[in-house]
Amino acid sequence: MTKSELILRLSEANPHLFQRDVERLVSTVFDEISSALESGDRVELRGFGAFSVKKREARVGRNPRTGESVKVESKFVPFFKTGKQLRDRLNTSD
Amino acid sequence: MASNTITRADLSEAVYQEVGLSRNESAELVESVLDEVTDALGRGEMVKISSFGSFSVRQKGQRVGRNPKTGEEVPILPRRVLVFRPSHVLKDRIKSALK
Repeated sequence: MTKSELILRLSEANPHLFQRDVERLVSTVFDEISSALESGDRVELRGFGAFSVKKREARVGRNPRTGESVKVESKFVPFFKTGKQLRDRLNTSD
Repeated sequence: MASNTITRADLSEAVYQEVGLSRNESAELVESVLDEVTDALGRGEMVKISSFGSFSVRQKGQRVGRNPKTGEEVPILPRRVLVFRPSHVLKDRIKSALK
């Protein structure tokens, strides 16, 4: 399912809404999560999961093609931990 | 680094501000977004949100685990796990915002 398919499904389930508003709804949800992570905040959606940022320390990497060592600076990367309910849901046959 | 926790209530408030539906409906719709994503993953589908990331379901085989407290061997049954791969756009945004 892509973002546009998600919008389509939500529009079908909510025929009283303008498609434009459903598009804004979906964009707002994911933009809000992105901005929170950008400020170093954590996003906790009980039952679904939690988004957070994790620090990756600086390290010496290697260019796999040339074998040359390169310094990789420390950085923050987004991380998602699946919520308990969703994890269970994936493992119940329905 | 500031560390607040954003919850459903904050997402609903943002939807309320941005879309202009009632607070109640905004909250319900945020839930529907999460439900649609959950349902798709439950069907084993991959969910791709452009410029955010993709969620996919991966099948794991059986392996032998160990109870860390007792040292006892226990089989870990085959199961399905969720993997989130952030998009480059999201990774770059976070990388440049947090130094």
